[in-house]
Amino acid sequence: MAPYESDDNTNEDLRTGRRKAARYVVPVAVVGVAAATIGLVPAFAGSGDPDLPDITAEQLIEKIAASDVQQLSGTVKISTDLGLPSLGGLESSLGGMGSGGDDSGSSADPSAKLMELASGTHTLRVAADGEDKQKLSLLDKASEYSVIHNGDEVWAYDSASNEAYHMKDSSGAAKDKGGKSEDVPATPKEMADEALKAVDDTTSVTVDGTAQVAGRDAYKLLIKPKESGSTVGAISIAVDAKTGLPLKFTLTPTSGGAAVIDAGFTKVDFSKPAASTFDFSPPKGTKVTEGEDLKAEDKGRARPKDGEDLGKELEGEGLKVIGEGWSSIAQFDTGGEGMPSEESGAGDAGRFLDSLGDQVSGKFGSGTVFSTRLVNALITDDGKVYAGAVTKDALVKAANAAE
Amino acid sequence: MSRAEVAEPSAEAAEAVGVRTPGPLWTLGLLRNELATTLRRWRTIALLGVLAAVPVLVGIAVKIETSDGSSAGGGGGEGPAFIAQITNNGLFLVFTALAATLPFFLPMAVGVIAGDAIAGEANAGTLRYLLVAPAGRTRLLLTKYATTLAFCVIATLVVATSALIVGALLFPLGELTTISGTRISFGEGLGRALLIALVVAASLIGVAALGLFVSTLTNSGIAAMATTVGLLITVQILDQIPQLHAIQPYFFSHYWLSFADLMRDPVYWDDLIRNLELQGLYAAVFGAAAWARFTAKDITA
Repeated sequence: MAPYESDDNTNEDLRTGRRKAARYVVPVAVVGVAAATIGLVPAFAGSGDPDLPDITAEQLIEKIAASDVQQLSGTVKISTDLGLPSLGGLESSLGGMGSGGDDSGSSADPSAKLMELASGTHTLRVAADGEDKQKLSLLDKASEYSVIHNGDEVWAYDSASNEAYHMKDSSGAAKDKGGKSEDVPATPKEMADEALKAVDDTTSVTVDGTAQVAGRDAYKLLIKPKESGSTVGAISIAVDAKTGLPLKFTLTPTSGGAAVIDAGFTKVDFSKPAASTFDFSPPKGTKVTEGEDLKAEDKGRARPKDGEDLGKELEGEGLKVIGEGWSSIAQFDTGGEGMPSEESGAGDAGRFLDSLGDQVSGKFGSGTVFSTRLVNALITDDGKVYAGAVTKDALVKAANAAE
Repeated sequence: MSRAEVAEPSAEAAEAVGVRTPGPLWTLGLLRNELATTLRRWRTIALLGVLAAVPVLVGIAVKIETSDGSSAGGGGGEGPAFIAQITNNGLFLVFTALAATLPFFLPMAVGVIAGDAIAGEANAGTLRYLLVAPAGRTRLLLTKYATTLAFCVIATLVVATSALIVGALLFPLGELTTISGTRISFGEGLGRALLIALVVAASLIGVAALGLFVSTLTNSGIAAMATTVGLLITVQILDQIPQLHAIQPYFFSHYWLSFADLMRDPVYWDDLIRNLELQGLYAAVFGAAAWARFTAKDITA
């Protein structure tokens, strides 16, 4: 620059231009800092595994069994990735997620809501105070769906449609409903119970270090099937070191990749929830559906509910279990109808399912295999269904053996 | 290289001549002046009028629809959030009106005001006079941004107040049920309504900063407004495309509806806080970009 020192104008322009450009460093720096913060903070937060005394798997399971948490409130995040391609459209027709486009008898019917949990990420709130008072809320955009159990009253309230569903004296009723569409246990505790039920010779159970879950120190219990043929890779349960309450449940498939089910507390508090949490009386103008009336109303509506029809078909009689442990396969007869197709009234769902299946044939004849990341099902052309958390080959083998 | 040389040439020129040094009071005066100018414009009044009309329309529509005893929104939860509860409690009209205006009407109004802030002055040829007064570019920019933010609050309160009046006239008031199913008193409900209005106003901070930045890029007020509103619509559309879920959390509109979380019991803060952080980030980034652009710009008009 020195030689041009005297050339005032040119130099000034150059410097001015450079200084002008330098100003844009500020917004760029802000973006950089923000990006760094977003990228690095979770990385640091996840790095600190707590130091806890060593513990054997048996001790840990005992801890869970002995866990007697009566009072808690917390936030649970559930991510489910069953590998069903684009449940989006189906989901909205089933559960009315988001838009709430579900016009069945009552959108507050608990069974209608359970399907929502089968895909995507959901935030739930749980609160419990002893055996008589529980509350479970499913947080939607600008609305909430709550199931409240208080004494001998069970209420379900859907704020999006302002509808309530009422059941009397049935601590089991809500759970029965839940049982119907199995595999969707709501709390980590229920999930751990399910997994531990399967513990036998076929399973290895180990303690796999420690972790921080919802700000609490936890042991990680790792459950793995010993035999091959199962699609379940591993189940990891984080157990609160102090209370023995399962805090996080993760199911990874054999095929690798993201967890199929990942449910865990993001916040948990073991103090007594406010009593008002469990008080519910339907607001004025709320449409209340009593538990008994619901079925009649459902029948009155001719609108086919795609997924549920399939579910009902699958619920046929003559259920048989082949094999045991992780690679057990359920076999049942749908009564010769075969799978739902376009003509059977399922419409879009039929076409949708057709496009999903793989044609297979063997000694048993031929059929279609529907696969997800966890559960595979073989539906033969003569209407038999084999399903289980096993690989496709295992299904075909079972079908061949059954013939 | 002392930056001040170029930073505020006009202010410096003014100071050099020894006119007067702008003090804090003077800045307040500038802000008051700006506010008065903005709010007295017919355009602004018309915008506020449209905003005030939305709750009236929603209220009357719900009243007519439910006059035969049926529930609003077809009973299936369609329509803006909270619409099903309006018939039970007029206070819910405030929430519904805000939910209905937040996606488009409110940010559009803010986009118009923000886009007009600098470009409008440049267009009218008044920008240089503003700078000849010992305002300084940074100070003027901050004043313009403060005016836009004040408009955010005013616009939101106009919607909320209009909704409250219409709700009180057409529907019963009283204890209300939160979306978690618990009950809160009417007083607490009013408090939450005010809080929601403030959160909604804060949700517009990002659009305001974006609009101000766009406004410094051009000398045409109309172009700046159109660009801001266009960006708003584009982002809203992109926010609906599932394949873009990886970047959607960074759209300024992504957490807008989180204000509804204030109606949960207990309040679910996660998304609310994320929304406020995001708005702060947008304000910082586009505010800084607007500053970089405006202080380095050749003012020709």
